[in-house]
Amino acid sequence: MRIVSFLIPAIITIALMIGLDNKWGSVPPLGRFLSPQQGFWQNAEAKDHNFSADLRLKGVQGKAAAYLDERLVPHVMADSEEDGYFVQGYLHAKFRLWQMEFQTRAAAGRISEVLGNNPQYIRFDREQRRAGMVYGAEAALREMEANPVSKAVLDAYTAGVNAYINSLSKSNLPIEYKLLDYKPEPWSNLKVALFIKLMSADLAGRGYHRDIEFSNAKAIFGESQINLLYPQVSDSARPIVPAGTPFDTPSVKPRKPASADSLYFQRDTSLRSKPAQQFSRLNGSNNWAVAGSKTASGSPILANDPHLGLSFPSIWYEMQLKTPLVNAYGVSFPGIPGVVIGFNDSIAFGFTNAGRDVGEYYNVRFRDASRTEYWFDSAWKPVEQRVEQIAVRGAGVVLDTVAYTVFGPVLYDQTFSAEGVPVDTDRGLAYRWAAHDPSNEVLTWIYLDRAKNYSDYYEAIQHFTCPGQNMLFASKKGTIALWQQGRFPALWKGQGLYVMPGEDSSYMWQGFIPPAENPHVVNPEIGFIQSANQRPVDSTYPYFIPGDYAEARGISAYTQLQQMNRVTVSDMMRLQCDNQDFFARMAVPMLLRYVSREALNVSENRLVEAVGQWNFVNDAESEAPSIFRAWLTELDSAIWEDEFTRIKQRREYPTAQTMMEWLLRDSAMQYVDDVATPEKESLQFQVTAALRRAAADLQAGDNDSLEWWRRKNTSIYHLLRTAVTPFARTGIKTGGGTRSLNAMSGTHGPSWRMVVHLAPQTEAYGVYPGGQSGNPGSRFYDNFVGAWAASKYYRLWVMKPEEKADKRVKWVLNFEPA
Amino acid sequence: MRFLLSTVLIALLAFVAGMFFPWWCLAIVAFGVALLVPQKGWGSFGAGFLGIFILWAVVAVWIDTRNNSLLSQKVAQLFSLGHSTILLVLVTALIGALVGGFAALTGGKLRKLMQQDDSRY
Repeated sequence: MRIVSFLIPAIITIALMIGLDNKWGSVPPLGRFLSPQQGFWQNAEAKDHNFSADLRLKGVQGKAAAYLDERLVPHVMADSEEDGYFVQGYLHAKFRLWQMEFQTRAAAGRISEVLGNNPQYIRFDREQRRAGMVYGAEAALREMEANPVSKAVLDAYTAGVNAYINSLSKSNLPIEYKLLDYKPEPWSNLKVALFIKLMSADLAGRGYHRDIEFSNAKAIFGESQINLLYPQVSDSARPIVPAGTPFDTPSVKPRKPASADSLYFQRDTSLRSKPAQQFSRLNGSNNWAVAGSKTASGSPILANDPHLGLSFPSIWYEMQLKTPLVNAYGVSFPGIPGVVIGFNDSIAFGFTNAGRDVGEYYNVRFRDASRTEYWFDSAWKPVEQRVEQIAVRGAGVVLDTVAYTVFGPVLYDQTFSAEGVPVDTDRGLAYRWAAHDPSNEVLTWIYLDRAKNYSDYYEAIQHFTCPGQNMLFASKKGTIALWQQGRFPALWKGQGLYVMPGEDSSYMWQGFIPPAENPHVVNPEIGFIQSANQRPVDSTYPYFIPGDYAEARGISAYTQLQQMNRVTVSDMMRLQCDNQDFFARMAVPMLLRYVSREALNVSENRLVEAVGQWNFVNDAESEAPSIFRAWLTELDSAIWEDEFTRIKQRREYPTAQTMMEWLLRDSAMQYVDDVATPEKESLQFQVTAALRRAAADLQAGDNDSLEWWRRKNTSIYHLLRTAVTPFARTGIKTGGGTRSLNAMSGTHGPSWRMVVHLAPQTEAYGVYPGGQSGNPGSRFYDNFVGAWAASKYYRLWVMKPEEKADKRVKWVLNFEPA
Repeated sequence: MRFLLSTVLIALLAFVAGMFFPWWCLAIVAFGVALLVPQKGWGSFGAGFLGIFILWAVVAVWIDTRNNSLLSQKVAQLFSLGHSTILLVLVTALIGALVGGFAALTGGKLRKLMQQDDSRY
C-alpha cells in the first residue's frame, strides 16, 4: 500500500514535468512558457530597462560602442570597418533575432522544420526550394565571398550576430521561440544571401512574371487582345525619364525566333499547370529629389517612402553607422549589413521598386515520367537532380527531387501542381529567374554608404542585379540623379510575356541590356526626378520591358512637383502623406456621366451624391473613398468576369487604369456587354448595376460605418499573423489609398518615410510603422506607430563622436575584444 | 510551524534554483524539502503547492508591475483570458503550484515509506 501511495504522486509529478515541458499542438510547453524565471514573463521588459552593458566579445578587434538614444536608435561608432559591421550584426540580433532568423528560414524553405507537419507548410517549403531560392542564394554567396571587401564585411556581421546568439540563455530567448518551442541556430553568410533572395522574390519574383496568366488569357482571347487587356504603355503615364527624352540606339538587338509566330504567339490551350499560389503585387513606393534650383534653400532635397507589407517586427531597423570610411544614417534590414536607405555626410539615396519582369517559364518535355532527361536542341539531355531534404518537425524528412535544366529548376511538374489539375507526366515548367545568377548586392550598400559623390554612387550601384530598383541620388554638391538599376534581359518584342517553348535554345535570353542603357535621369531641366513604380520610360525606349507598373502615383507626384517652387522640407512631408487620388479624378466623372440616377432608389442616390461631391482626397473620415472603391470593384467584375470566367486556371483581370482608359476611349468596347445574357448591355447599364451592387455590398456585413479608415482597416500584423493577433495593431486610423502617394491598404503601406535636406548642415526626418525592438513585451515594440499614422516625423540625429555625453544618449553598449 | 517552514523553504530554494536550472528544478526542490521536513497527512502537498504558488505569483506580479502589464495583456488574450493580467498570473501560479504540490507529496510519501516504524498507515 505504502509503495502505491508513493508511486501515484511520483508518476503524476513526472507526467506533469514532462507534459508541461513539451508542446501540445499549438499550445507551447506550459511549464516552461509560464515559468516567471524562464518563460514569457522574462520578455516583459521593465519600463525603465537599462540597455547599457560593457561587452567583451570574441571577434571584436578594437574599440566600438553603440550609443542608444531615447527612441532606441543606435549610433554606432567603431574604430574599424569590421567592428562597425560586427556591432551592427550584434544589434540586429539583440533587437530582431527571431525575425531575421525566421525570414531567412522561410526564404530557404525550412518552415516545416519549426512549424510542424502541415501540408501547407510543406508545400510552401517545396515551392521555395523548387523556385531555386537556395540555389540562387548559394550562387550569390560564392560571388560575395570571392570579393575581399564584401567577404570581410559579411564575416564581421555574421560574427556579430553569432556573438549575440551565443550569449543567449533560455530565459532571454525572444518570445516567439518560446511560443513555438525551438531555438535559434548559428547565423551564416548564406543567410544574408537568403535575405536578399527574399527581397528579390517579393519585388521581382513570381508575382511579377505573369507568363502563366497571360498564356491562359491568350488561349481564350488570342494574342491580339493581350495588348489591349495588358497594354505595355499607359495613355496618361508620367514616366521617370521625362517623355520625349531621346534614347541611344540599342547596342543589343535580340532576334525573334523564326518559329515564334507559329509556336509562341498562337493560341495554346495545352498549358496545364495551375500553381496554387496567387501572388499579390501591392505597391506604393515613391521617391523624388528636388534640385537646389527649385528649393527654398538652394540645396537639394531627397524624399523616399518605400512601401512594403506592413508587419511586426518592422522590416526596418533604424541606425547610424560610423566607421573610418562610413558615416551613414538611415534604415537597415535586420539580416544584412549596411544602411540600405539613408544618407551620409555628402549624399542621400533612396529606392523604389522597378517592377520589371525578370523571370520566365519554359515548357520542357521529359523523355518519360522519371524526369531524368529532357528534349533540348534536338537531343535528350540529362537533367541535374537536386534532392531537397525538407525536415518536418515530428515527422522525419520529406525528399523532393528537383530537375535542373539549362533554363533553371523545373518548378512545376506532375509532382508539384495544384490538386485536381492533371499535368502530363512528361511535361514541366522550368523557371529562369534573374535572381538565380551570381551577384553581390551587399557591395552596393557597402559602397553607397561610403559614397561621396555621383561617380561613387554610380560605381556602387553597378554591383546590383536583382531586384531591379529605381536608385535615387542627391548630393550636397547639387547633383540629383536616378538610375533604374538591375540586370535586365534584352528581350525581343513579346518575349517572356507567355510561357515559352522549352525544347531549344532559341527562346532563351540572348543577352542583357548594358547597364549604361538602363533608364536614367541626371540633373534634368525640370529640376526634379520622381519615381513611383511606373513604367520608367515612354514608348520610344528601344528595349521591350514588360513588368507590372502602376501609373497613378507617378502622375500625382509629377503633377504636384511640377507646380511647386521654393520647395521646403515640410512641402516634401505633405507630399509623402498626400491623400489625393489622381485616378479617381479621372474615373469618377466617367462613372457619374454613365450612371442612370432615375433607376436608383433614395439610398443608392445618396451614395452617388457623396461621390459627386468628393474632392478626390482619401481622407480617413471621408465616406466617398469607400463608395468609390466598392463601385469600381463591382464595375471591374461587370466588365471582365463574364469573359474571364472562361479561363479555368490562373487568371488576372486588367488593371483599373487600363479599364478606365479603355472605357474613356471607347464606351462601347467589346467587354462591356455581358456575354452571358442574350441582351446587349451598355456601359450605362453596367455602371448603374455596379453602383446598385456596391450599395448592397456596403450595407452587408457588420461594418455599418462608411468611413474610409474603417473600411480600409489598415493593420500591422506580427509575422506569425493571426496565430498571434494580440501582437498586432489593427484598424489604425489613416487616410490614403492604393493610388494615393500615401499608398495605404489593409496590409500594405509606407514602410519608412524619409526626407533629407542636403543643406551644408544636413537636416533629415524619418518615421516607420513599428519600433526599434522586436519584442512585443517592450515599450519600443510599436512606439512609432502613432506618429506614423498621424503623418508626423522624427528629426534624425546624426551624432558626432564628441557628443557622447549628449543628453539624447540614454544607454551605451561598449564593445571590447574578449 | 513545520508547514510554514516547508512552504518558505520551498519558495526560497526554488527561486534560487530557478536562476540556474530549468523550470522543473522546482519539483526537485519541493520533493527534497518534503523528504527532509516531516508533515502530517497532505501537509507536504500543501507546502509544495503554496510555496510555488506564492513564488510564481510574486515573481510574475513583480515583473508585470515593472512592465506596466504590456506583455501580460497580450499573452492573456493569446490564452483566451481576455485582457486579464490577474487571470494569467493565477494560471501561471497554478501550473507551477500543481507541479510543486505533487513533487512535495511524492517526497512526503517517500519519507513515510522509508520510516518503517511509522504505524499510522
